[in-house]
Amino acid sequence: MSKKFYPLFGLLIVAALVLAACGGAPAASGDASEPATADTAAPADDAAPAPAAQTAAQGETLAAVVARGYLVCGANNQVPGFGYVDADGNFSGVDVDYCRALAAAIFGDADAVEFRPVTAPERFTALQSGEIDVLSRNTTWTLTRDTELAGNFTATTFYDGQGLMVPSATGFTTLEDLAGGSVCVQTGTTTELNLADAFAAAGISYSPVVFEDADSTFAAYSEGRCDAVTTDKSGLVSRRSVLADPSAHDILDVTLSKEPLGPMVRHGDDQWFDIAQWTVFALIAAEEYGITSANVDQVKASNTDPQINRLLGNEGELGAKLGLSNEWAYNVIKLAGNYGEIYNRNLGPDTPTYIPRGYNSIYTEGGLLFAPPFN
Amino acid sequence: MRNQKHTAIPFWRDERVLQVLGQVAFAAAVIFFFYILIQNMVTGLQRQGTTLGFSFLQGTAGFDIAETSITYSRTSTYAQAFLVGLLNTLQVSFVGIILSTILGIILGVARLSSNLLVRNLSAAYLELMRNLSLLVFLIFWYLAVFLKLPRVAEAVIWPGQIHLTNRGVGLPWGLPTETFETYRWVLWAGLAAAALVALVLHYIGKRTGKPPLTALWALLTFAAFAVVGWFVLPGAPLTLDYPSVQGLNMVGGKVVSPEFMALLSGLVLYTAAFIGEVVRAGLQAVSKGQVEAARAIGLTGFQTLRLVVFPQAMRVIVPPLTSQYLNLTKNSSLAIAVGFPDMFYVSNTILNQSGRAVEMISLVMLTYLTFSLVTSWFMNWYNQRAQLVER
Amino acid sequence: MSDKILPPLIERPSPLSWIYKNLFNTWYNALLSLLSGALIFWIGRAVVIWLLEVAQWRVIVTNLRLIMLGQFPISEVWRVWLGLALLALITGNSLGIWGRKARGAGRVTIGLLVLLLGLAVITSGQSQLWLLGMAGLLGLGWWVGRSAGKGLERVVITGWVIWPPIFILLLRGLGADSELLPLVGTNLWGGLLLTLLLTIVGIVFSFPLGVLLALGRRSSLPIVRWFSVAYIELIRGVPLITLLFMAQLMLPLFLPTGVNIDRVLRAMVAITLFSAAYLAENVRGGLQAIPKGQYEAAYAMGLNNIQSMGLIIMPQALRLVIPILVGQFIALFKDTALVSIVGLMDLVGIGKTVLAQPEFLGLQREVYAFISMLYWVISYAMAYVSQRLEVSLGVGER
Repeated sequence: MSKKFYPLFGLLIVAALVLAACGGAPAASGDASEPATADTAAPADDAAPAPAAQTAAQGETLAAVVARGYLVCGANNQVPGFGYVDADGNFSGVDVDYCRALAAAIFGDADAVEFRPVTAPERFTALQSGEIDVLSRNTTWTLTRDTELAGNFTATTFYDGQGLMVPSATGFTTLEDLAGGSVCVQTGTTTELNLADAFAAAGISYSPVVFEDADSTFAAYSEGRCDAVTTDKSGLVSRRSVLADPSAHDILDVTLSKEPLGPMVRHGDDQWFDIAQWTVFALIAAEEYGITSANVDQVKASNTDPQINRLLGNEGELGAKLGLSNEWAYNVIKLAGNYGEIYNRNLGPDTPTYIPRGYNSIYTEGGLLFAPPFN
Repeated sequence: MRNQKHTAIPFWRDERVLQVLGQVAFAAAVIFFFYILIQNMVTGLQRQGTTLGFSFLQGTAGFDIAETSITYSRTSTYAQAFLVGLLNTLQVSFVGIILSTILGIILGVARLSSNLLVRNLSAAYLELMRNLSLLVFLIFWYLAVFLKLPRVAEAVIWPGQIHLTNRGVGLPWGLPTETFETYRWVLWAGLAAAALVALVLHYIGKRTGKPPLTALWALLTFAAFAVVGWFVLPGAPLTLDYPSVQGLNMVGGKVVSPEFMALLSGLVLYTAAFIGEVVRAGLQAVSKGQVEAARAIGLTGFQTLRLVVFPQAMRVIVPPLTSQYLNLTKNSSLAIAVGFPDMFYVSNTILNQSGRAVEMISLVMLTYLTFSLVTSWFMNWYNQRAQLVER
Repeated sequence: MSDKILPPLIERPSPLSWIYKNLFNTWYNALLSLLSGALIFWIGRAVVIWLLEVAQWRVIVTNLRLIMLGQFPISEVWRVWLGLALLALITGNSLGIWGRKARGAGRVTIGLLVLLLGLAVITSGQSQLWLLGMAGLLGLGWWVGRSAGKGLERVVITGWVIWPPIFILLLRGLGADSELLPLVGTNLWGGLLLTLLLTIVGIVFSFPLGVLLALGRRSSLPIVRWFSVAYIELIRGVPLITLLFMAQLMLPLFLPTGVNIDRVLRAMVAITLFSAAYLAENVRGGLQAIPKGQYEAAYAMGLNNIQSMGLIIMPQALRLVIPILVGQFIALFKDTALVSIVGLMDLVGIGKTVLAQPEFLGLQREVYAFISMLYWVISYAMAYVSQRLEVSLGVGER
């Protein structure tokens, strides 16, 4: 290359860089223009261009979901009763039914949802990147996840506590019995941290055996690799039901931590957060008012209670405030059932994964489930 | 006219200009591509209110790690947790490289044995291993072999008090006594003496032209120091501590976790098959004429092997051998499948707990890249040296 | 009479002397023979007893469809069969056309026929019919190829090129509303099917990419060369699992909002990019082995850069490295198992779910032994076929 080309070379590089910078601009502005296409559903007061990064996504999620025609829900596929996929590829569980309820709220069709099994490590990235619209995968509400992991937790759908399961033959009853033993635990979970905290607080030495997924964790436990296995108590009950001999394992009467489990959505889209949140409340309120999928039509037709009328869309414009149809909650109850129905379907006494309702009862029955007023 | 035509090729047909233009376009495309990706990421992260950076590594880890070679607890930082993982990776790679080299050489030599049975046994082993998926093999090895060992209470005890259980393998291990400090100095002295012997022999070899068995004599010197020191000292510097079952786990001796055992032995058995092939190819690459020539000038069989075959085979063996070592190191990242806390697995845990996917994955990749750079640096050094020998 | 040429003396050792010569010619060989004989007996006995008496193969029989196809809907399984039937036809045809030149081809054809018919015997219902059909198509293809000879070559090569996209189209379907081929999401692809798909896609895309990178690395243009070197060394320096994690965890962050790439596709991209770097090094080895005279001769004939590379150099270089390339493809096939760590339902991932079924807990040996066997058989078959072809086509020698 002769020297006279050097200036040309430099010029071209500069030109290329300018080009690259210009090329970058449409990509950046593409983000901003997306809310504009969301005018079908976005509330009018947000139509103005919003340069602040935090609010740029307002209304975007619902618009994207509506445009796509179905909801994408990040779910578990290894925990019977919460999120499980059977040999035919059917999903079932409380967390799965929540997604169906959400789909019913948006589309009036509980099947307009695609379940995407996500592993514990990838669940937050999947949510952050928009690969899934909502994460409903027995995820514990913690401060770090609420802030640093850029998520918003809706109302809790299952109040849980972390427990320990041991083979009955060992006769263990307390944490201290496990001194010097090993505990199987799944990575990427709050469980891993709580376990360390609990044993440190009790001043007991132990050795954690950490696995990548629930299947491996419980496989190692059932082979006797560990003296105990730990996860949320609901998870222990559910996994115990698929052990070779469920009666040969005891869940210790020790609670290592509070585990409020609930759906999680991205930071930055308040409208979507409201929809996800109030779908949970609709499920809870329906049980409180005694509305079930079986009687919802009858209640809707003959009811006089204004609270219920507003919930079912006979009165007021509550649905429109969320960017949904006014019959959204009616659809939820009709197609997915109320909270109690969902619970009984997956965790009730007739299921192999029976868990007594305990905290997860309506507040009138001594539980923690409490829906704010539908006004 | 003709002259003018020659000088005035329009620039769009001048190959050199086209080449420059093409390259610039290519570079621009690449830069543009990455620019878009990074732009997307930055806007995405901004919208969630997070930024990139490694300061989070100073945060408290909060989780426990079962196997640590440095002091670590749940109150340590993420950076320390990463270091624990890094050391575990280095440990399993180092031991794995030594063991797989030994097994690989045995397999490679056996593959060329004059004994039909030995030859075919080795061939069958190589064929079996080379067509297996390492991940499947490791999982099988861990779940179907090590976890199927008897439970602690029914431990199988091999001669020498080796306990086999699915909590780990208990081995007798030396416990230092009060004379150990002194003994350590004896060993250092032995090492120094061995180095001296090696130097002297090397010098003599150069002067006389008769290459002596330097390595052998140096080793013998060291061994002599070690043995004499052991018996001269007032008490034995190490006592054997035997493992025994107590309560939930084994105590005493050295207990090696099934995760470590499965990963190490799995990697060794797998890599040894590839090293066996490398060794066989290297030995076969030395032409028969070399051996015949060596015999013709009166070298004995052992001398032929040591002075003629081995140096030439090494030149063929070392490059692929190094890449097998690198493979073993990279493959140790499959520890995640058997639950051994190596660098990749610990980083994965940190990623999960802190949500820092970009930072952690970059850090892990950079670390592995460093391993590979060091290896290729060694390779270049060796190649240069091997070329000098050729002259 | 007396000057009749005698055939060379062929030594016909008695079995005893043969054993003596091969096993007991020296004292240490005798010792080694005894030791390895004992080892073979001990291992063989344990394996046979386990295989026949201890192992509970019901877990495999019950879950065979899951292991083979994952959760692919049962009503759409015919699409997989159809794709495989097409493959059988093309394979038979190729064997027929090129079989005359390659001596091993006859054996491969018969082996495949025996395999298909053997599988047909142990299966039942629809699968049996499909397998018989496949065997028929294989034979038909072979006969047509044999009789048509060279005339069909182009058709068959085109067939090989368009088969992978057709197969993937068949599996994926045309769209959610399509009557004939409804969409089957990649989240339902699994088992051996997914493993093979990852392999096929990996091979098909990483090969051209690898060739380009190899050319780039030898290019005289510095920027292109630096880029190729950086790419190759970077990828070869890290384990595949980090790339897969990057694809699953980091890639979504790099894409604009609203753009999502399918999980399976992401794994395919990671595997392709990974394998391409290794292929590039292999191809470069072949290019370096071509003597300079070939380049010069090509120029002398007036061929330009692209022509001489495409017509003279690359065909020779690739021919040289076919064995190494096949080795790399086998490595790729074995490496696809890693996608199970990022949560895909390939053979290993399906194995995990099978083992979580309550009635089959603790049967890790059976499940993983079966999966290992599948990997082994397929890798071995790939190696065997390529060896046969190499020998009969004289590949790798010059």
